[in-house]
Amino acid sequence: MSAAVAILLQVCVVVAAAPGVAGVTRQVRARLEGRVGAGVLQPYRDLRKLFAKRPLQASGTSWVTRAAPVLLVASSLVVAALVPVVTTQALPDVPGDLFVVVSVLLVGSVAVALLGLDAGSAFGGMGSSRHMMITALVEPTVLLAVYALSVPVDSSALGDIVGARHEDLTSIASPGGLLAVAALAVVVVAETGRLPVDNPSTHLELTMVHEAMVLEASGRDLARIELASWLRLTVLLALVVNLVAPWGIATSTTALALLVGTLAVVTKTALLAAVLGAAEIGLAKLRLFRVPELLAGSFALAFLAVTAAYLV
Amino acid sequence: MNVVEVRTVGRGDLVAQASALLGDGYRTALVAGHDDRTSFGVVYVLVRPADDSRVELVVEVPADDPWVPSLAAVDFSTGRWERALRDQLGVAPVGHPRPRRLVHHDHWPDDYHPLRHDAGEPELGPDTGRFDFVPVAGDGVFEIPVGPVHAGMIAPGHFRFSVVGETILRLKARLWFVHRGLERLFQGRTPDEGLALAERVSGDTAVGHCLAYAMAVEDALVLEVAEPDRTLRALLLELERAYNHVADLGMLGNDVGFGILNVHAGRLRETLLRLNQQVTGHRLLRGAITVGGSRVQALPDPTTVRQVADEAAQLVDIALGHAVVVDRFTGTAVLRHDDAVALGALGYVARASGVDADARRDHPFVDLGPSFSVMTETSGDVMARFMVRARELACSLALVTELTERLAEHRGTGWAAPVEPGTGPGPGPSTLVPGGAEPVAHRCGLALVEAWRGTVCHRVELDTDGCLARVAIADPSFATWPALPVALADTIVPDFPLANKSFNLSYAGNDL
Repeated sequence: MSAAVAILLQVCVVVAAAPGVAGVTRQVRARLEGRVGAGVLQPYRDLRKLFAKRPLQASGTSWVTRAAPVLLVASSLVVAALVPVVTTQALPDVPGDLFVVVSVLLVGSVAVALLGLDAGSAFGGMGSSRHMMITALVEPTVLLAVYALSVPVDSSALGDIVGARHEDLTSIASPGGLLAVAALAVVVVAETGRLPVDNPSTHLELTMVHEAMVLEASGRDLARIELASWLRLTVLLALVVNLVAPWGIATSTTALALLVGTLAVVTKTALLAAVLGAAEIGLAKLRLFRVPELLAGSFALAFLAVTAAYLV
Repeated sequence: MNVVEVRTVGRGDLVAQASALLGDGYRTALVAGHDDRTSFGVVYVLVRPADDSRVELVVEVPADDPWVPSLAAVDFSTGRWERALRDQLGVAPVGHPRPRRLVHHDHWPDDYHPLRHDAGEPELGPDTGRFDFVPVAGDGVFEIPVGPVHAGMIAPGHFRFSVVGETILRLKARLWFVHRGLERLFQGRTPDEGLALAERVSGDTAVGHCLAYAMAVEDALVLEVAEPDRTLRALLLELERAYNHVADLGMLGNDVGFGILNVHAGRLRETLLRLNQQVTGHRLLRGAITVGGSRVQALPDPTTVRQVADEAAQLVDIALGHAVVVDRFTGTAVLRHDDAVALGALGYVARASGVDADARRDHPFVDLGPSFSVMTETSGDVMARFMVRARELACSLALVTELTERLAEHRGTGWAAPVEPGTGPGPGPSTLVPGGAEPVAHRCGLALVEAWRGTVCHRVELDTDGCLARVAIADPSFATWPALPVALADTIVPDFPLANKSFNLSYAGNDL
């Protein structure tokens, strides 16, 4: 099987699993809080409902409102193709480079920020401004952390980094690698709008970050935005889990390897999603002006990771 | 029951007399106006917490020249009562620095005053949506309009923030979206019929308002309530305080994203609500208080109460042991002591800012025993309000068990005085006047009760038939709402929901 087929399979797996990942975090959280919960499958039902509905657009909105959800979901699908989730194989002639991944993520972030501004409501503007503040603090850390990971491998392609860690498991426990993964975990939490940076389950419009930007979205547009944010969550969780525990990831494109890779990544990501849901029980949301301190901390970790990568 | 000193004063003397009282430790509990056909009566109810003395300044205002001298320069809270009076009775406060509308929104006609006897139905105009507030201008200053429809299940209120970045420069709140004309609804009903209305002034303060109303009627009729029934009323008041406090402790956690606190507080609240159902037959404790007494189906189970108290104490410990929660609470939305005093804030908001006031001690109707004490904090931030309520919750639950023991299976007599015209069996209105004297034309009653949110004040006037001529209601929210924008200066926008929840003022009780 060619790499292209393997990547296509990977994207399909991510799309199929993404609502489930959101469902697992919610369900774990609900059970730990003593609630019955809506079930792991609820996000799928939400998507089915929303995709069947015509979006309503506020008067005065421009083409941005129509284009942004599509752009957001498209950028998330591209990220799903570039990041090693099921396989470390990359498309020939397409750089699976960390800079490309970060840039594509940023395209999605900017799209949703513009969406927040387009309707001209105060909440959307607030959400966009907070979102861009967080994004501006997250991006340098992501670059630095993955750079630290790339130093021992001599390649900035994420597939190569994960592949190398898969071959030499001792490299996972290197000081630089550990620090970089820790930094990356913090920024993944910030980037995907989880506690303690943002509270995805809040109804308080004045405290929202991500939810505030998408308040005006409805119907199919909302479905696309929801799916895109779940895709990003899934891909980034899968990246972290593959960096920490690369076992099972497909390094070739044989059918068996891809099957094992799929099963492995689904299991590992579901576990991490459950851990995320459980961890959020004990977390409270930081005051907005404390968020930069948290992210500065993760940047410091990433910086130390780079230093360690050269020293050790 | 303390006797109210009634002084009739002329318009010329009002400012001097009221200023002297306000300077002597009195506060304005209520300003009520009523329509006597040829003239209006404006009643300023002033109470002194220090010795529970109560003074009513009654001003006669001719109907063809309706104005009173404004006390706004002397007392902020009185100034707001005057604005409400201007809207509802059409008595203009002369010399008021900001004589704008308070209760009525723009679509109410200028000359419509619902408390006048000939008010009829208003001809409502289109809502112009005009909202006078001080605009803040400058580089990077934005306005954020929020509400009146909110994302959560909360009552309607409009908030206009002027912000630079995330910092609030100024906040203006617009309320009275749920103004139901409650005070007018009381008029012409019998005191017994008024009970159900009083229970619905603010859904979460059924006991507080109903008790204040019943006590005001009893004051007017000079009814003596038996000691066990008064103890039972105190018990109901504490049950109401407990379920509201425990719910809000959880919601404060929820507002900082610490949902687990909310879930468990919700569980405890549900336990208490079911206990309420056993006690009164109603989850919100309705139907237990009558004019002249109180009666319940059962007394609360002390084991359950103690268990809730233990678990609530654990929840408070969990919250205070969480670094991020403590960080979010501490120093957020500080209401300084002098601001709280100047604005006339009431209840736990005032106590968290170091104001030592609690009607259970200042205007008592039963001795609560040694385990009752007034909880105060000094820092005036969200943490202080959280702590005051956590400690009040513990105190309330301890009081519930103690009062239950003291009642010793006595479930109240529930004796209600028949106060319909013409005396049936039992003491009718004509026999209720001390010494069997002739019934006076107007009998007035006043009562102050420390409901969970703060001091509730009701003033009742009965006509010669024993029906309600006028009921004036003061919910603590009316006095405390202006403190919220003051506390929010220099707070950031994402902390507003937390600050608002820590005040948790009533929309319904304020809007009436």
